[in-house]
Amino acid sequence: MSTTNQELKRTPLFPVYQKYGAKTIDFGGWELPVQFTSILDEHQAVRTKAGLFDVSHMGEVLLKGEGAIDSLQYLMTNDIRRLSINQAMYTAMCYPDGGTIDDLLIYKLAEDEYLLVINASNINKDVKWIEEHVNSKTTVKNISSEVALLALQGPLAEAVLQKLTSVNLSEIGFFHFLPKVDISGIEVLVSRTGYTGEDGFELYLDAKDAESLWDKILEAGKEEGVLPCGLGARDTLRFEAKLPLYGQELSADISPLEAGIGFAVKVNKENDFIGKEALKEQKEKGLSRKLVGIEMVGRGIPRHGYAVYAIDKAEPIGFVTSGTHSPTLKKNLGFALIQAEYASVGTPVAVEIRNKRVEAVTVKTPFYKRT
Amino acid sequence: MSQVKENLIYSKEHEWVQVLDDDTVRIGISDFAQDQLGEIVFLELPEVDSEVEAHTSIGSVESVKAVSDLYCPVSGVVTKVNELLVDSPEVINDDPFGEGWMFEVKLSNLDELKELLSADQYKEFIEGE
Repeated sequence: MSTTNQELKRTPLFPVYQKYGAKTIDFGGWELPVQFTSILDEHQAVRTKAGLFDVSHMGEVLLKGEGAIDSLQYLMTNDIRRLSINQAMYTAMCYPDGGTIDDLLIYKLAEDEYLLVINASNINKDVKWIEEHVNSKTTVKNISSEVALLALQGPLAEAVLQKLTSVNLSEIGFFHFLPKVDISGIEVLVSRTGYTGEDGFELYLDAKDAESLWDKILEAGKEEGVLPCGLGARDTLRFEAKLPLYGQELSADISPLEAGIGFAVKVNKENDFIGKEALKEQKEKGLSRKLVGIEMVGRGIPRHGYAVYAIDKAEPIGFVTSGTHSPTLKKNLGFALIQAEYASVGTPVAVEIRNKRVEAVTVKTPFYKRT
Repeated sequence: MSQVKENLIYSKEHEWVQVLDDDTVRIGISDFAQDQLGEIVFLELPEVDSEVEAHTSIGSVESVKAVSDLYCPVSGVVTKVNELLVDSPEVINDDPFGEGWMFEVKLSNLDELKELLSADQYKEFIEGE
């Protein structure tokens, strides 16, 4: 059970957590809200109305210079040349063996300027790796502590945010953004992206303005029923939408192809990139492991790390990467990385839960898709 | 602040124990525990007639976010489990000391009760958590 630890890192929004009744936990060295009122209520608010998240723990890195594009092409699995100014792209960054260093978003701010948004737990590792592998015509600057990030997610997100700005938000398309938008007097980079499977925005701003924007959005969204949301709901929402979580679906031992994000791996792009040979080989030979959805038939919830078995084999065929009780579907669901021969939908499997093998079946994913 | 019900005894693993008669007790988890766990969505309880040993894990309580072991504060044989919780584990959140009771045990060692905390001692214990 959680106790307060002075050494935990805090986001600029820490002071508001108490005000809104948050329960905090240690999340990879950060003291972050797991919930404000209830994970299920917050989850539901995002699916039907909107919810506001503090995700300022995420890392931000600026890459600048005439060599920036070549550096990115070499570091990333996706084809960064396809990116236009004011557009965002999801990509993986891999080791030479195809294992994943991180998954991230890249924003093209200008011809020679890119913003990388990386996972909080990977900031030091990523920055070091990037610095070691960029060319001499690229500068790298870690601006994580100067930038706050709020996410307003849900079908009513646009209507709520529109109350605070004269910029026409409906003109920002999915995976596009506008820099320097005036939101109620605060300068914000407004990006139509998210980690919930719903429409919504991610809002990047100066750390000093974070508390003010947080209060303003919740005030503006009162009528619509916007709730402050914690990491608990963020996890169940991303889980239902099959958005991978680094450390679970992705890791140094799992390639982006195995994790099912092959759309972010362009082995045929013009430039050479780190991990290309390994990933190309996986693609050509076929994957030996695949990420599948599982639904429990017996009683129990699959959780990260639990072994998965086939009916006809004594040895495990893989393991659970994430699992939870899905608030939208009201079922016990999971993702498992298993041997490819068992990956077709409808295959009976068993999950070992507390030394017992409990029946499950592979199912279609994502579990939730917005209509 | 979490409620601590008088006339019950408590374990440091946040279970409460209610003495029903000379050698049978009813067991559940405290208001503090259910509040820490959050919304409970799944419960694995011991089976009737199974033997349980004090301070060992005999089941699990799962909330949306986390799995926690369920410890038995006493040794003995399980005589009853609360079937209501199989389909409605959220009852534990609503009424941890009442409808949310978990199971009953016929004690094999009455002395174990003396090692548990009084309501006042437990109150002090959770203030330090």
